[in-house]
Amino acid sequence: MAKGQKTTKRTQSFWTNFVLILICVIWMVPVIGILITSFLPSEDIFKTGWWTVFPHKEDIEIDRVVLPEDVDVNGPITYGGKTAMFEEWQRGIELDDGTKATWYGNKRTRTLVISKNQWVGFTTKLTLENYKDVLTGKTITYKDAQGNTITRVGNDLSGAFLNSLAVSIPGTIIPILIAAFAAFGFAWLEFPGRNIFFTIIVALLVVPLQIALVPILQDYVSLGLNGTFLGIWLAHTGFGLPLATYLLFNYISTLPRELLESAYIDGASNLTIFTNLILPLSVPALASFAIFQFLWLWNDYLVALVFLGEKNQTVTIAVARLVGEKGQDWHLMTAAAFVSMILPLIVFLALQRYFVRGLMAGSVKG
Amino acid sequence: MNLAQANTPSPNNNNLFAKIVNWFGSTLGKILVSILVPAVTFIVLWQGYLFLSAANAPQILQVIVAIVWGVGGVALLYLVTNWLVMKLPAKAARTLQPFVFVGPAIAIMGWFLAIPVVRSLIASFRNALGTEWIGLDNYIYAFTNPRMLETFRNNALWMVFGTSFSVGLGLLIAFLADRTKAEVVYKSIIFTPMAISFVGAGVIWKFVYTYKGIGVGIQEIGLLNAIVSALGGTPQPWLNIPPWNNFFLIVIMIWLQTGYAMVILSSAIKGVPAELLEAARIDGATETRVFFNIIIPYIKGTLLTVTTTIVIFSLKTFDIVRVMTGGNYGTNVIANEFYLQSFTYNDAGKASAIAIVLLLLVTPVIVNNIRSFNEQRKGF
Repeated sequence: MAKGQKTTKRTQSFWTNFVLILICVIWMVPVIGILITSFLPSEDIFKTGWWTVFPHKEDIEIDRVVLPEDVDVNGPITYGGKTAMFEEWQRGIELDDGTKATWYGNKRTRTLVISKNQWVGFTTKLTLENYKDVLTGKTITYKDAQGNTITRVGNDLSGAFLNSLAVSIPGTIIPILIAAFAAFGFAWLEFPGRNIFFTIIVALLVVPLQIALVPILQDYVSLGLNGTFLGIWLAHTGFGLPLATYLLFNYISTLPRELLESAYIDGASNLTIFTNLILPLSVPALASFAIFQFLWLWNDYLVALVFLGEKNQTVTIAVARLVGEKGQDWHLMTAAAFVSMILPLIVFLALQRYFVRGLMAGSVKG
Repeated sequence: MNLAQANTPSPNNNNLFAKIVNWFGSTLGKILVSILVPAVTFIVLWQGYLFLSAANAPQILQVIVAIVWGVGGVALLYLVTNWLVMKLPAKAARTLQPFVFVGPAIAIMGWFLAIPVVRSLIASFRNALGTEWIGLDNYIYAFTNPRMLETFRNNALWMVFGTSFSVGLGLLIAFLADRTKAEVVYKSIIFTPMAISFVGAGVIWKFVYTYKGIGVGIQEIGLLNAIVSALGGTPQPWLNIPPWNNFFLIVIMIWLQTGYAMVILSSAIKGVPAELLEAARIDGATETRVFFNIIIPYIKGTLLTVTTTIVIFSLKTFDIVRVMTGGNYGTNVIANEFYLQSFTYNDAGKASAIAIVLLLLVTPVIVNNIRSFNEQRKGF
């Protein structure tokens, strides 16, 4: 009985691991595919699949045979001791000596390709050329309105990378600052309308930002903010604030009341309490939201597309453009995709614990 | 002067200091300073604004100025307004100070989210350029035009299949991984796509689905077509075959969102009391029964939360469709139609109506959120 239970447990554990490994492989293969492709020479990518960089068996052409003119290609064709119709030759027929004969092209070629199934090892050369291509771009020289000659790097990914940083870093810090102030206000200060305002914030949590794009773009055009970093920070601040305020409020309102009361009794002002007490105590919550917001801004496509557009394009826009313009240039697209992923992946893997905490708190209560 | 003297302020210095404080304390000084400080702050911030909105400096300089200006500016604004409010009589200061803290957040959320709801609502009853009232025409388009009906069908597919597979797989992985030694490894692999942009994921999967065409000697470079031909099938241009191409796009969402569902559900499963599980197992319950009769009921709340979040996500899906097919070949979705109407066809009326439709679709969630929030905080 006890032994039987043990075996069941072991088979159970085997199947559990088997299913999980299978799922994980399915999850990883697409990424491995583009990672390998991004290091392959561009002329190789279009010839065969990326998986051929691994040792595998492949039909290698060893000879070509042209059939004599008197062979009727519409009837049965005999070669190497086998007789078959054209369609069968086209699919390929195994000959007695272990080689394979396949018809080349249409009937008129009269050509058979003789190939042998052989092992192919690691023969592919890996290269960094693709990364060089997407990162350096070309240098553009032009004259501006004042007649000055300006030389700048073309629309390459390194510029886009900097733009993404310029969007993401302030776009993360500004809403956190504003939200922390507001969360403190909502959690600890009394003022008229507190309930109504906070209820509105809870409602705004799931309002689709599409609703704001057209009106805000109109405002931006009249304010001259369209295409500027300032504009996109403000937009991301606006769209990120409800969640930031909500998360930080949940955290700050659970801080022990006595702590704040004793500080008040000591005569500290609200601002001192906020900067010297609340902010340091809220670091875990601030970090959670910061990672959340940073990843969301770095990976954002819609907001950047609407408010920045081609001017000051971010990496997501640059990669998407590459996909649109050069839909088949896999050597560029794969390398570009990796460049766009590298920073969020590092941030994510290094700070996963904080991210998960933010995710938990941010799950909209159903 | 030796150190000891330096540390104790001389009476002379003290006097001067007191005088300065006195001067500042005088009404005139107070008013002058109260005007001067905000004015200087304003000028500094305005210069930064001009610099950034002109934006023709070298990129790196712009980025640095941007970061310093943006972050410092916000901090400065708070300090100055707080300082100003504190200058007021005590009673007024007490009433106004909370607004120093919450005011900016309320103002920005008002400008960027709350007021746009009203503005979009108004715009949805006006024509493309917003010059004339046209009644319900935009809504008639939004609810009856074949283009829109296609987006509704597709969003329904995203919602039903995307959500159920993400949540189902996430739950399965969370449950299975919980009982293995390599739990962390499995979970990290499934979770990592969350760090990847939809655009990046688009490239990854576009490569999986890529199609070279039929012909002799052509080797497919897309993984899916290679598998299909290895199994003896015919390669297909997967993204161009409606309505099945929708499912190939939904796979991308599942790939991205399963990790989210898994992480949240995993922590919920870990919260199920061990005694409860043990008691059931001692009573002879199979693992399947433990899963369906104990774990599922126990994590029902979390399951609902995760499902709601992913449903909202699937309603707003945009990037994947935009990058993969641009909404062509019968894959259009509501958010992409919104984008096309507002930025390609420049029809602010129709775009606003579509945005309102999106808002209506998430309204039940909004109402529910408010209700449960109010219940949670009875003593707010």
